[in-house]
Amino acid sequence: MRQRVITAGGGGNLSRVAWHVGVLALLAIVLYPIVWVAAATFKPSSEIIGSLQLLPSEATTANYDRVFEGVVGIGVGRFFLNSAVLAVLSVVGTVASSALAAYAFARLRFRGRTTMFVIMISTLLLPFHVLIIPQYIVFQKLDLIDTYVPLLAGKFLASEAFFVFLIVQFIRNLPRELDESAKIDGANHWSVFWHIILPLCRPALITTAIFTFIWSWNDFFGPLIYLSTPDKYPLPLALQLFIDESTGSDFGALMAMSMLALVPVILFFLFFQRFLVEGVSTSGLKG
Amino acid sequence: MSRATITPDRSAEVYTTERTGPRKRARLPGDGLAGYLFLSPWIIGIVLLTLGPMLTSLYLSFTDYDLFNSPEWVGLENYERMFSDARWLRSVEVTALYVALAVPIKLAAALAVALLLNGKRRGQGFYRAAFYGPSLIGGSVGVAIVWKMMFSDDSVVDQLLLTVGIDTGGWAGNPDFSLMMLVLLAAWQLGAPMVIFLAGLKQVPRELYEAAEVDGAGRWRRFRSITLPMISSVVFFNLLLETINAFQVFTSAYVVGGPNGQPAGTTLFYTIYLFDRGFGDYRMGYASAMAWMLLLGVGLVTVFLFRTARGWVYYSGDSGDKR
Repeated sequence: MRQRVITAGGGGNLSRVAWHVGVLALLAIVLYPIVWVAAATFKPSSEIIGSLQLLPSEATTANYDRVFEGVVGIGVGRFFLNSAVLAVLSVVGTVASSALAAYAFARLRFRGRTTMFVIMISTLLLPFHVLIIPQYIVFQKLDLIDTYVPLLAGKFLASEAFFVFLIVQFIRNLPRELDESAKIDGANHWSVFWHIILPLCRPALITTAIFTFIWSWNDFFGPLIYLSTPDKYPLPLALQLFIDESTGSDFGALMAMSMLALVPVILFFLFFQRFLVEGVSTSGLKG
Repeated sequence: MSRATITPDRSAEVYTTERTGPRKRARLPGDGLAGYLFLSPWIIGIVLLTLGPMLTSLYLSFTDYDLFNSPEWVGLENYERMFSDARWLRSVEVTALYVALAVPIKLAAALAVALLLNGKRRGQGFYRAAFYGPSLIGGSVGVAIVWKMMFSDDSVVDQLLLTVGIDTGGWAGNPDFSLMMLVLLAAWQLGAPMVIFLAGLKQVPRELYEAAEVDGAGRWRRFRSITLPMISSVVFFNLLLETINAFQVFTSAYVVGGPNGQPAGTTLFYTIYLFDRGFGDYRMGYASAMAWMLLLGVGLVTVFLFRTARGWVYYSGDSGDKR
């Protein structure tokens, strides 16, 4: 069946139905874990393990109730808020700094541009582990451990080369006549950037914003090394704390809290999937 | 960039500005300062957060440093010690095995689904998005917790396998299966490479298949002789990207196995051990040396991939050059 699709076009009703059935079956397997956890959050802990039954014999919201009691005396809302603050600031910083850098790389001519562009591209291949120890030491010397500064500094300094590259590619495909004619009319670089390039780059900026939001929302490593006060924890770290706290026996509440952490990303995906999938296919973003 | 195409004269201009930059610059003197101003956040970032730390970490890798006392020069000792450090050797083994399993399995699954979805079919956009979904959440703590739960003793996967008579006692706690569980988690995120494969498949000229069909080539033959060579640059791109990503997996391994790579050190990934050394016992010098060895390893694999690519990656004149 898979091979028939290569030649595509042809095939009668029967093969079309067979194709849909096949794809849906495959999709059911792939999406099963999400369905499973969604159902598990409404089961009593004892029922999550030891049964193949997907639906709870009797639905309960007890798991969610326990999650809303909080972790180590801190309400779940706090962790949500922390995650949201980090994600929003990350988006603002990344979009602004990446767009500025991309405009320079794509449109301006200055000494060292090509070299700097090559450096930027090569950071795509650089494992970030080479940087974390000295970065940690610097932030420690500056007394910035247990603040959000180390988590956000890079975002405001265009350090995610993927996004700079994505926007550069986008700007390069915009007709140059637009900015040339604006310049003849006396516009400076800033107004060309602000009034012409930025509005036209919207799709690339939206892709950047969505990915930044999701990556920041999911980020675990950064908060793990930089934050130590539970009050400041974003959701992923709170989840880890929850595992340590409950010594892993309260499966139901654990599943419910995992689900709560995933829901915003899933919603984001449902609303913006067009930008996400197109962003990936044009730039090769990892996702 | 999907809607605009580079016209020949403009792409020529892009090249000339790259190659004969100095002469062009003389004609437009105003850009210099503006260029640096627009780039200033990036320049500050690259100096303070990338190049500076790289040099520092290279220096630290030759020292003994615990964050509180000043670094003490020890020459190559950190590097030498790694090769007699059982846990380091273990972490190299675990990571290499993971990369060797996860990357091909994930890419094969991604290509298979891409081939299945390729072509004009109703609902293609929906399916593409649905398969892509797991890529966005797969690396999160929440999914790692769910995964571990699904694969633990007596849970859904174990129960399913028991119905066909296979008793693993749950993959999460079984040293023979714990790494495989993480490989499956990687394969589950097949959506990202799949989308890139689909973009590549769209570029393959249909006439080639028609011509091959006329010549009596079967499906497998058409796949081997047309599809694969025509998307080889996309295969290479995915291979490179996924390999580099696989070397750096951390979150799911940490949630599943903790800082010691439970069970029995089978999930002691390189990054986990690096984290444990650096931030668990503050051996910053040793951890820096480990980071440089990782960079060296990833670099060697990248060079190796580029070298073999000459033999099997085919660049046609105008397809597959979108990135």
